[in-house]
Amino acid sequence: MATTVHEPPGVNREQWSDSAGGGGWRNLVPADGDLHKVKDHSPPPVSTGIWVALAGITMTFAAFTSALIVRQGASYTDWQHITLPSVLYLNTLIIIASSVTLEISRRRVAAFMGGLKHRPEVPARWLYLTLSLGLLFIAGQTFAWLQLRSQGITLATNISYSFFYVLTVVHALHLLGGIGGMARVIGKFNHFALKRSTLDATSRYWHFMGVLWVYLLFLLWMKL
Amino acid sequence: MHDMSAHAVHHGAPTSFIRKHIFSLDHKVIGKQYYGMALIAVLVGMVLSWIMRLHLGWGNLAIPGLHLLSKAGAPGDVMTPEYYLQLMTMHGTIMVFFVLTTAPFTAFGNYFLPIQTGAEDMPFPHFNMMSFWVTFSGFIVLMASFFVSDGPTLGGWTQYAPLSAVGSVSGPGQGWGVVLWAISIGLFCVGQLFGSLNFITTTLDMRCKGMSLMRLPLSAWAWFITSVMGLGAFAVLMPAVILLILDQVAGTSFFVASNLVINDQLLPHSGGSTLLWQHLFWFFGHPEVYIALLPGMGIVSHVLVTSMRKPMLSHRVLIYSMGSLAVLSYMVYGHHMFVAGMNPISSLAFSFPTLIITIPSTIIVLIWLGSLYGSKLRITSASLFALGFISVFISGGISGFFLAQPSIDIMLHATYFVVGHFHLVMAVAAMFGIFSGTYFWFPKMFGRMMNEPLGKIHFWCTFVGTYCIFMPFHYLGIAGNIRRYQAFTDDYLMPLIPVHRFITVAALFTGAAQLIFLYNLIYSRFKGPVAPNDNPWEGTSLEWSTATPPPHNNWGDKMPVVYHDPYQYSVEGAKEDYIMQTSPEPVHSADEEK
Amino acid sequence: MAKLLAVTIVIIAILSAIPIITHTWPGNISVGLPQDISTHGVLIDEQYADTMLEAGICFLISQFVLAYFIWKFSQPKPGDKPRRFPGGAAGLVIAAFLLVGTECLALGVFGAKAWGNIYFTPPAADSMPVQVQAGQFAFYFRYPGPDRKFGPLHANLISEANANFFGLDTTNDQDSKDDIVTAEMAIPVNREIHLLMHSKDLGHSFFVPELRIHQDFVPGLDLSVHFTATKIGKYEIVCTQLCGLGHYNMKAYLEVMSQGDYDAWLKQQAALQ
Repeated sequence: MATTVHEPPGVNREQWSDSAGGGGWRNLVPADGDLHKVKDHSPPPVSTGIWVALAGITMTFAAFTSALIVRQGASYTDWQHITLPSVLYLNTLIIIASSVTLEISRRRVAAFMGGLKHRPEVPARWLYLTLSLGLLFIAGQTFAWLQLRSQGITLATNISYSFFYVLTVVHALHLLGGIGGMARVIGKFNHFALKRSTLDATSRYWHFMGVLWVYLLFLLWMKL
Repeated sequence: MHDMSAHAVHHGAPTSFIRKHIFSLDHKVIGKQYYGMALIAVLVGMVLSWIMRLHLGWGNLAIPGLHLLSKAGAPGDVMTPEYYLQLMTMHGTIMVFFVLTTAPFTAFGNYFLPIQTGAEDMPFPHFNMMSFWVTFSGFIVLMASFFVSDGPTLGGWTQYAPLSAVGSVSGPGQGWGVVLWAISIGLFCVGQLFGSLNFITTTLDMRCKGMSLMRLPLSAWAWFITSVMGLGAFAVLMPAVILLILDQVAGTSFFVASNLVINDQLLPHSGGSTLLWQHLFWFFGHPEVYIALLPGMGIVSHVLVTSMRKPMLSHRVLIYSMGSLAVLSYMVYGHHMFVAGMNPISSLAFSFPTLIITIPSTIIVLIWLGSLYGSKLRITSASLFALGFISVFISGGISGFFLAQPSIDIMLHATYFVVGHFHLVMAVAAMFGIFSGTYFWFPKMFGRMMNEPLGKIHFWCTFVGTYCIFMPFHYLGIAGNIRRYQAFTDDYLMPLIPVHRFITVAALFTGAAQLIFLYNLIYSRFKGPVAPNDNPWEGTSLEWSTATPPPHNNWGDKMPVVYHDPYQYSVEGAKEDYIMQTSPEPVHSADEEK
Repeated sequence: MAKLLAVTIVIIAILSAIPIITHTWPGNISVGLPQDISTHGVLIDEQYADTMLEAGICFLISQFVLAYFIWKFSQPKPGDKPRRFPGGAAGLVIAAFLLVGTECLALGVFGAKAWGNIYFTPPAADSMPVQVQAGQFAFYFRYPGPDRKFGPLHANLISEANANFFGLDTTNDQDSKDDIVTAEMAIPVNREIHLLMHSKDLGHSFFVPELRIHQDFVPGLDLSVHFTATKIGKYEIVCTQLCGLGHYNMKAYLEVMSQGDYDAWLKQQAALQ
């Protein structure tokens, strides 16, 4: 293999992994090369990554929203007012409750990791509860779709229902991603391999799904 | 207790063949996979363009063997009108999505963004692997549409509704062809969103010690800006194709209006908005132009600086200009719809930002020219393509003046003028970026040099050839030649056929010249001379300070530490005419960041 | 090699400009805008000419500068030191903002005037209404007849077999009875036409280069344009919006006639209904 012209100076890997993340936020190495003057403060990638992902999801639902508004502008006459299945309101309570239980478990995990109190089962119990509430929400949404279908209402019945199905299904698919993430968090916690940043990122996603649902419910209730 | 502290991303080097070369988590392997896919895609797209050009020059020409591709589309090897449109649609889709977006952005970006930022890998390697495989499945789905009963879709790469939304009643390929097209694009969007997620996070969080944002090379900046744009654009295209698929298969009416009659059949849809598709599509479509172009700009700037042996006139201004292009690209999409039935006031509202976008573009060109002044230019295949990029970018960009104005667009909309414009500024420019990057980085990627004389022959044929193809497109458009016509039956278009024949000959020649590149690429990969050292072009950025090819974790035992701005060439009082970013040698220059 | 590139760029730039300046391609093929037969087209043509002048100058200058720099700086002597561009980046940025900014503003403002001339003026009260319907792959035209009223359209009655292209109900709709449907469009010269556009199936477009009129048909949204033709002759109406396999062949003729010829033509068409 080719030889190196310049032997690149660098830091040893052990020295490297002291620092969180490893980014170089404003951490200019001075020209005299004194590495001790450098302090790393960049966040772990997952906490940035989750914001990037949420930005993408926001764009997607913004596109759906503007599609709904433009489509209404194109033709008011063929919109049918729909009465939302009442189970949706129960689902809303469930998803809000899941965010509350998630926050509780996050605090318990923090306390546990800080070595302050609790045996590991205690935070785990709250995580399981959050996961179950998420699954319950999906079940509730499925119940709403089945209920509509039993009334003979399908995707193509009316444009109002088309948007109803599209928005709720796409949201549910995203929430399923969150449920997968939550299952992974629980698995890691049980194997003592959970990083705080992973839990924080997952809960940000989870809360975002809750907020998104409330927004969608409001949109459907107001527009359809 | 438990080790819960965060770690940088670690994954050990894989040992099995499958994990090493197929389902690899290594950004370098994924980058090469993207490049390989783009190479296959560009060959398909180029052959399609040959077939189309032959047909446009000589309408009844039998192209031997064409019936093997489609019996119905080319009975007796002569193409039917619908098959022309089908091949045209596939040419556009393959090229825009699977070549111009993947090769300069996700292929080179995957390989070199982590290295140029000083990271060991992307932060989410599993998403990165999925990004490629989801995109690749999209490509397979698109290719599959060649083989469904009535062939691929004929709706053009823009896939305007309702032509694309009402099913096979509107033409061959408009049933399954469109559905496969939409699924393919949907998958592509998912792949690119995963890619953008990794690119953005790599740039923000994975930089090595000393690597401030302004110390990133221009190519890394271009990839970063592109990934931010991609995040917005693909996140909007995806809902659009979901709605399109539903109109096709579930009978919804998002895009299909009431009372449409095809073949004396009243369609069941009602109330859909035709313009909704165009708005959603072009909200993605215009940024997409810059997604194809910006990485090329970055690569070319990176190559130019190395060849000029002096830094850019202003690193910051170039970055800010690319950033403004990205922001403005979201505000101008309506210029694709001036005569589409939009409110005429919105046409003006979209016209002004479109004109304003020439300001950052001009600044970029002026910075390039100003940096060329007083440089010590080294001519290599890579720098030739970089200089060629500037020339075609100027030529293609200036025709934008015309298309930015709705009043002139009345004459030029949907003519070959538009085709010439976007081919030069987006397709040819991006291709020049890809070629430049390939000649430049090949030694780092494969440890061997490409053949320079062949590379130069390739450049000359491509540079002259593309001008011979795409400049006449503008003249055709001014004379009123409509695009997407398979033959010219209109009286006023008949006299233009000799121009088309000239273009066809030029296209065959230029296309054939690409075989030189293909040969050079494959030959050099296995038999090329071994790269003399890790830094054959005497570059300064991080990719040149690691081994060739880089080890699995990019850096071996020692992580790099960065001391300088990226392009310290011809520094006063330095030992050599360049100082690498990792070199602790002091720099006393006005350019060095304080 | 670099000098060759510089020369090539100059040659390409000059060769590219020649057909624009002479309006011809070798073999006496015309490449200019087609002749203008409309009242509103003058502004468009002026705008086009101004833009071509400015863009052409920008194009030639920047290619020449690029070529010159490549020529000049590609073979440095060993002792040469790189030099900085006089004025630095700031000068170039200011120049770009001032020159290009002014140019953009000027083009934008004058272009807006040309655009507004067509789209922001209402059709005159005495303009002659003609309806055009686009469908795969033909245009049909409808004249209101003596009562000057168009009858309503019924999508369910459209039938190519019965030659009921518009879906008119001539038995029940009083207004439809005297409507005249034709396959080509004839209009009197120097008379303002109010063209009502309707699409039967998909997106199409109405483009007559000589008339400087280009407007898409939007299914579900009936648009209209208005224009006055000033020159007698036969012109082509072409579809520019991809509409399916016969797109390339979707066209009709526009005949601009003297008032007398037009009246005779309309009478003849009415007899054919």
